[in-house]
Amino acid sequence: MANMVNITINGKAISVEEGKTIIQAAKENNIYIPSLCYLEGIHQYGGCRMCMVEVEGARTLMASCMVKVKEGMVIHTNSARARHARKVMCELILSNHPQDCLSCPRSGSCELQDLAKTLGITEARFKGEKSVDILDITPAITRDTSKCVLCRRCVSVCNMIQHVGVLNPQNRGFKTVIGPAMDLSMKDVDCSYCGQCVTVCPVNALQETDAIQPVWKAINDPNKRVVVQVAPAVRVGIGQEFGLPVGKATTGKLATALKELLFDDIFDTNFAADLTIMEEGTEFLTRAKAALTGGNAVLPMITSCSPGWIKFVEHTFPEELDHLSTCKSPHMMEGALIKSYYAEKLGIDPKDIFVVSVMPCTAKKFEITRPEMVNNGVPNVDAVLTVRELARMIREAGIDFANLPESDFDAPMGLSSGAADIFGVTGGVMEAALRTVYELVTGRELPFDKLHVAPIVGLEQIKVAELTFENVLPAYKFLEGFTAKVAVTSGLEGARKLMEQVAKGEGGYHFIEVMGCPGGCIAGGGQPRMTDKKVKELRMAGIYEEDEGKKLRKSHENKDIQALYSQYLLEPLGHKSHELLHTTYTKRGEFNEYLHTEQAE
Amino acid sequence: MSEETKKAPVREVYDEAEEERQKMAAIAEVIDTYKDQPGSLIKVLHAAQNIYGYLPLSLQKVIAEGMNMPLSMISGVVSFYAFFSTTPKADNTIKVCMGTACYVRGGQKIMDRLQEILGIKPGELTEDRKFSIEVTRCLGACGLAPVIMINDDVHQQVNPDKLEKLLAKY
Repeated sequence: MANMVNITINGKAISVEEGKTIIQAAKENNIYIPSLCYLEGIHQYGGCRMCMVEVEGARTLMASCMVKVKEGMVIHTNSARARHARKVMCELILSNHPQDCLSCPRSGSCELQDLAKTLGITEARFKGEKSVDILDITPAITRDTSKCVLCRRCVSVCNMIQHVGVLNPQNRGFKTVIGPAMDLSMKDVDCSYCGQCVTVCPVNALQETDAIQPVWKAINDPNKRVVVQVAPAVRVGIGQEFGLPVGKATTGKLATALKELLFDDIFDTNFAADLTIMEEGTEFLTRAKAALTGGNAVLPMITSCSPGWIKFVEHTFPEELDHLSTCKSPHMMEGALIKSYYAEKLGIDPKDIFVVSVMPCTAKKFEITRPEMVNNGVPNVDAVLTVRELARMIREAGIDFANLPESDFDAPMGLSSGAADIFGVTGGVMEAALRTVYELVTGRELPFDKLHVAPIVGLEQIKVAELTFENVLPAYKFLEGFTAKVAVTSGLEGARKLMEQVAKGEGGYHFIEVMGCPGGCIAGGGQPRMTDKKVKELRMAGIYEEDEGKKLRKSHENKDIQALYSQYLLEPLGHKSHELLHTTYTKRGEFNEYLHTEQAE
Repeated sequence: MSEETKKAPVREVYDEAEEERQKMAAIAEVIDTYKDQPGSLIKVLHAAQNIYGYLPLSLQKVIAEGMNMPLSMISGVVSFYAFFSTTPKADNTIKVCMGTACYVRGGQKIMDRLQEILGIKPGELTEDRKFSIEVTRCLGACGLAPVIMINDDVHQQVNPDKLEKLLAKY
């Protein structure tokens, strides 16, 4: 039992655990202390001074996010002195802020705006010089330092959570900006575009690069067939934007909303997730066969669905790219098929099709610009919207999302198994692959309760499981008695740890799943803000509920996938698959040195 | 004259590649000494600047890699302290006084003429690294205005038309 400390806040006697900060103690007792830079569990820096309170006996006001409770402490959170100080601090921040709220995309969801309102600020008293104004537009993320309040949450996330370290304070004092080294653009450094910085930014300093305008333009163009697809984790994210319970899947409403936005076809990226399992599962079996029968094969094989992870590994471990599955990420596969298989069915020119992917991700905005993601001269996907952007479009169209009726996705790329839903959460791609691979090899169902591979379910950073193949079908004799060792990680710190093992030939893994964001796509850079542990748990539960609610739980049983193979692709890893569904990777290096050498040559 | 100043080969007759190699080897040694000591980045940057003269991006990358720290963190420290420089220092630094007295006696005209002759703006240096221009506040020689300093030499009552002659001495 933890030691308890007795304190008084605003005249109320309170007993709290030793080691807690004043702001935590207050929150536990339903006392609200305004704050700006503080982000529990992620960023505790005491930089903005917005959470200052009066502590009896102390000479100065104290930042309540930094000061721990002590026995007998008497705290006043709303004394005139504390309120005045907080108000002035906020006014000073506002004096170096554009205050163009009316035309700012964050208006209504901006923490600085909320704070100013809470503190009762009604005029901009202080006017003066504005600090450095850099607008850095990359394919995925836009950084606007004129909006930045220097809270450094993004710095904490980039350095301490993801361990990438692209963003850090540069220069000093009034000229301080948060950004990459030497005023470089985020597109010229080793940024993975994971977007975790975007999800914690309290203002509009870090934002996804807009795709709403090109999507509206395509929808309004009578000559374009505009096809939309949505990623698994979108269905457990978007409801939150419209006041629905956090993490609760709103799949049917989502499909209806997309119809009301006048997209021509409403497809589900889940369909391509099932397809990914067919391709990636077959790829794994091919590699395993080669390795077990004396041939050459690179193991472990590592999943390639997460474009943030892909860009990270290209920068950080450029010599290890052979470990990556050659599968494109599911929405790229679906885009490639929409502009081939589906275009042929419709009898229209792929050039007249505009594919929009709604993703919980910022990195996918970069992914669609990769030169490999083009077939027959047209890009596989034309635009990527984050969940937040889709919510803005739904609002703009005046659609009452919360009260929409439910509907289904369109055929032939709308049907999916539960295995596809779990692509949205860490451990899901691996579990989906094992459900299919184990059954293909043994003819029996994966021997786990509810088909969940328990050791790899959950939000831990690195998870490991082993699975032995026994009494296999004759075609897979080479796997008899083979124990596959799999590892799953999410977040780039865990990815780095596993890759350091892989690079040294350690760990003994055969198959690894990596998702770039901690928790997987449920906590992606394109999801509604804020994504704390509680939100992750609720979205994870929502994903598993979707999976378990389906009759169809395994990718290989999806009849529309079977039809796709019989009518068009013929077989996994076949000629057409290679052309449309598989890709190559680019050595980049920590400083993009591989790219520059190639250019020089 | 201005063309000549720009193109004049100043750094010549020594093996530039060899000198570069020696400097980088010395810096590598410094990094090796400190890489496992937490909090030693400033020492390393200090030593590297002493050896190399300044801390360009290319050198910051070497330090980032050697110290196993993100480049943006190295650059953050370098840009925080005025002592560190990311641009090479010129052989001769010209400081043009823009204090009130010098300004009213034609400080701006001197500045304009210098920029014209050298083809650089304040804060920049000529391609041959021979000169750089800086703006400075009062040098305390108002009676001699307009004043410029070249390195440690104070030049008084400077005539813009005679600047070329003056620069030729350096």
